[in-house]
Amino acid sequence: MSLSVKHLLGIKELQPGDIQTIFRTADNFKQVLQRPIKKVPTLRDTTVANVFFENSTRTRISFELAEKRLSADVVNFSASGSSVSKGETLIDTVNNILAMKVDMVVMRHSASGAPWFLANHIDASIINAGDGINEHPTQALLDAFSMREKLGELKGKRIAIIGDIMHSRVALSNIFCLKKLGAEVMVAGPPTLIPKYIQDLGVKVEYDVKKALQWCEVANVLRIQLERQNKPLFSTLREYAMFYGINRQMLDSLQKEITIMHPGPINRGVEINSDVADSKQSIILDQVENGVAIRMAVIYLLSGKRDLVE
Amino acid sequence: MHETTQFLKTLLDHTQLNITLQRLAHQLIENHLNFKDTAIIGIQPRGVLLSDRIAQLVQHITKQKHIDYGKLDITFYRDDIHQGNDIHVPKNTDIEFSIEGRDVVLIDDVLHTGRTIRSAMDALIDFGRPRSVELLVLIDRRFSRELPIQPDYIGHTVDTIITQKVKVYWAEQDKKDEVVLID
Repeated sequence: MSLSVKHLLGIKELQPGDIQTIFRTADNFKQVLQRPIKKVPTLRDTTVANVFFENSTRTRISFELAEKRLSADVVNFSASGSSVSKGETLIDTVNNILAMKVDMVVMRHSASGAPWFLANHIDASIINAGDGINEHPTQALLDAFSMREKLGELKGKRIAIIGDIMHSRVALSNIFCLKKLGAEVMVAGPPTLIPKYIQDLGVKVEYDVKKALQWCEVANVLRIQLERQNKPLFSTLREYAMFYGINRQMLDSLQKEITIMHPGPINRGVEINSDVADSKQSIILDQVENGVAIRMAVIYLLSGKRDLVE
Repeated sequence: MHETTQFLKTLLDHTQLNITLQRLAHQLIENHLNFKDTAIIGIQPRGVLLSDRIAQLVQHITKQKHIDYGKLDITFYRDDIHQGNDIHVPKNTDIEFSIEGRDVVLIDDVLHTGRTIRSAMDALIDFGRPRSVELLVLIDRRFSRELPIQPDYIGHTVDTIITQKVKVYWAEQDKKDEVVLID
């Protein structure tokens, strides 16, 4: 048993069986994380570089913890204060890191497609920790894993992804992942934040958030990515919060109890109110907890491919 | 390696296998009496099929209402992760009791190189410090050890060469109780 891919670049390239294998492995790592000794010696001969060209708290700590819980050696790199500011190219930077005998690279980059580019030029396994507005595969896996924990197998389940679909790599990876698992997916938000032709991915589109909540069993609420919007796509944050933000009254007016998720970081009072984010319906912190187990599973499953690289 | 597997001989048939299981259970009871301070732990995946039977027999013979019985997966403790291209997907670990200060009996179906048992001991120690650890195996492929590990309870001893394989079939999974040697 192993994955059909050598790198985890995007969910798009995974087989449904790969996702199930990752989940089953993560189940076991989650169990390890409940023990008094939350560490296994599995990757004591492996070194992983976390190469982050873009800011991150959660993802980076989660990856670093996952690597340490697997007993791998870890080196961290962030673009600020590095030779990148002296004009070094991406390949040179990564090859220099690999020359110090690093086996695996976890990379976040602001340019969409950067991990694919790198995969064509280096031998080590690459895990995409988010590239531009394209994919964020481990986030989608941990989201789906958390949904599966709450609802059971996702086949036929109704999931709504709400908010800034246009600029969100989480949205795209989530769509690929959920569709591969057989779930029904709806995207909802203001028309300016939903890409044209997104229906072609096999998702429903809804511009009324209330209707989307009524339809779904789980709502994955996304952050408004102001840093990626170079022209205004809605008037004010207050207006967005009024029409598309999720609050208690809205949830109480539904005839059912749905599960609320958010990949973080949260803009409280914009896309989601505190009385929703901190309620029992929310599994936001479970997502964070599951993130470590999912990342351990991905790193573990890709590490076996190392010997194919010669 | 051989292209096709070839049946060599039956090591234990249904009757022999069940007599052997009875003997192993009695030997365990001889040393551990009421199992108050003892825990039985089967090694995933194939050792668990044996330990299920042994735990059941011990419970039946001693008439104990409860004995501590767990399952241990050793995948994350293996020393051959980077040897082949295939990577193992783990099974459940299920140890719902403390092993601190207990006498632990590890159970696996076939003892060959000893590497699985080495991994199992590493995995076990992460759950606490047992007072002692013993090893029970159904089949001991002697003279093939790569580590200094010997069983305390042996169902059947065989002399084999490296290309041969011992297959243990269990009615629960394989529709028959039988141990065979193949090449």
